[in-house]
Amino acid sequence: MADAAPPSKSRDLDKLLLRPGNLVGPTFDPGVQLRDDLQEYVKVLVVGAGGLGCELLKDLALSGFKNLEVIDMDRIEVSNLNRQFLFRISIGLNLDCLSLVLKRNSVIMGPMGRLEDVGKPKAEVAAKRVMERVSGVNIVPHFCRIEDKDIEFYSDFNIIALGLDSIEARSYINAVACSFLEYDFDDNPREETMKPMVDGGTEGFKGHARVIVPGVTPCFECTIWLFPPQVKFPLCTLAETPRNAAHCIEYAHLIKWDEVHRGKAFDPDNGDHMKWVYDEAVKRAELFGIPGVTYSLTQGVVKNIIPAIASTNAIVSAACALETLKIASGCSKTLSNYLTYNGVEGLHSKVTQFVKDKDCLVCGPGVLIELDTTVTLQKFINMLEEHPKLLISKASITYHGKNLYMQAPPVLEEMTRSNLNLPLYDLMDKIPKDILHATGTINKDNKKSSGLKKLRVVFKGIDGVTDMDLAGGA
Amino acid sequence: MIRLFKVKEKQKELAENANGGAPIKKQTAGELRLHKDISELNLPKSCTITFPNGKDDLMNFEVSIRPDEGYYFGGTFLFSFQVSPIYPHEAPKVKCKTKVYHPNIDLEGNVCLNILREDWKPVLNINTIIYGLYHLFTEPNYEDPLNHDAAAVLRDNPKMFESNVRRAMSGGYVGQSFFPRCI
Repeated sequence: MADAAPPSKSRDLDKLLLRPGNLVGPTFDPGVQLRDDLQEYVKVLVVGAGGLGCELLKDLALSGFKNLEVIDMDRIEVSNLNRQFLFRISIGLNLDCLSLVLKRNSVIMGPMGRLEDVGKPKAEVAAKRVMERVSGVNIVPHFCRIEDKDIEFYSDFNIIALGLDSIEARSYINAVACSFLEYDFDDNPREETMKPMVDGGTEGFKGHARVIVPGVTPCFECTIWLFPPQVKFPLCTLAETPRNAAHCIEYAHLIKWDEVHRGKAFDPDNGDHMKWVYDEAVKRAELFGIPGVTYSLTQGVVKNIIPAIASTNAIVSAACALETLKIASGCSKTLSNYLTYNGVEGLHSKVTQFVKDKDCLVCGPGVLIELDTTVTLQKFINMLEEHPKLLISKASITYHGKNLYMQAPPVLEEMTRSNLNLPLYDLMDKIPKDILHATGTINKDNKKSSGLKKLRVVFKGIDGVTDMDLAGGA
Repeated sequence: MIRLFKVKEKQKELAENANGGAPIKKQTAGELRLHKDISELNLPKSCTITFPNGKDDLMNFEVSIRPDEGYYFGGTFLFSFQVSPIYPHEAPKVKCKTKVYHPNIDLEGNVCLNILREDWKPVLNINTIIYGLYHLFTEPNYEDPLNHDAAAVLRDNPKMFESNVRRAMSGGYVGQSFFPRCI
């Protein structure tokens, strides 16, 4: 049995961490050491300090994590206050002014929605509030875009928890986390290079929570094809035959704006711009006899917003925080690997085990190619045609955003032709091993198809390379 | 489960060794797919592509179309393409940079082409878009109008439409709008 542990403030956490069980992970080592190590050594990054982010920070702090950091580029707005409960009201605010603002923004005030923080950076206020309420936790806020941080920043964390609101942001973080993943010579992922992520998302009454372990579970890119296409109205419908309120709003947003404000970009966060679009949409709706254009619908259509509900966020982030705890401590088997929640009618929840795409460009192993440092780009391209796992002819090569050689179109072929005679090792900045991509025609079984392949290039004879790989590998 | 504490030490070591310290530019899956589409471009002689930001920025480029038949024969029309990082999940944003008298292209340069909006599918690519744009010039249609007047003229009086197009392309007025020369 567990040694007589000194009493801790969290009895529930102790039940999970101090004693063995039937559902524990394979390397689970219960005891005070585990509980203390979680507090001292584990660093978790929370991406986003909005609906999910606020809940995540609270949940993680109360789950025993003491080293947290949060990153969010936004400032607090009134419409956030019904659910991003860490943001507050000011004392002595004029009540008339308050009710006017509320009516304008159609905000439903929850018991904790308050106005004093409006305009301040979300990350900073959220960090401050949680540190005030949970003793011992340290949260470092970052008021900036996720793209502004370099890769060393992200490599510091053991687990990354996502509370994001767009495909683009998730795709970016996924690419960052998967870039740490390395494979050994047998194409097996190396455990010590896996950077787990827990990703949550919500939309009204629906939400999801998923665990991404690069190299083991599917990454975000592996399953991106599951997203349905975005709703886009034909421009001619907007211009000629609108039938509903959304058409009128998009007409004002996409067509009328440019006609009147030549050159000036539309800014969805600018209240005056939004008001202009709303007024034009109302005029358009009146012209065609279409009901239903309201200011809040205008905001929703233009910014792609679905009204957010506090309980959905709470449920999804609780699932995410729990998974983070399980991954960090091994106290139970993790979610495998995608949980959906639907509270529209009653309550429905399901866990699906999605499978990794072995050809995934982001998290897949790619094909291992060993080369001498003297091999030229032209020779490399010729080799790809013969390589049994590839059989790519007329390949175009790209490396870290630089196009080393393009077979087409003619203008690019000319611009990159001079690279053909240079050693690939030089073109790859003399890095001993790295990833590049090749695209071309694949000739397999007498069938021609076009393919895009990820290649793991390792240069032979460079100090340190062979040793590291053998140590981690078979 | 992952042995987190050993993981932490190893990761620091790896990060230092593997990257050599310098932050590396991220290449999104969208850029890779775009790289594939561009390297497979098979354009007709009437269409040329240029990359104003150099060979390493494939996300922003221009396509110039010179129809070799139809109402717009001889004119040159420039389109700008802006590809998003989550391509092909999202269609590229295409605008016409040349002011043109056309039922499906308005005076701000918005193009009404179904595959650019409601009919976009990730299986389509840059080649199909360029062919779609070319088709707009060889077969303008008055049923999906962005330029209401041009569509009406094409429908009711094709001869006048033809002369309006010629006048616009040579540099001149059609109605209240002036069109710079593009032929």
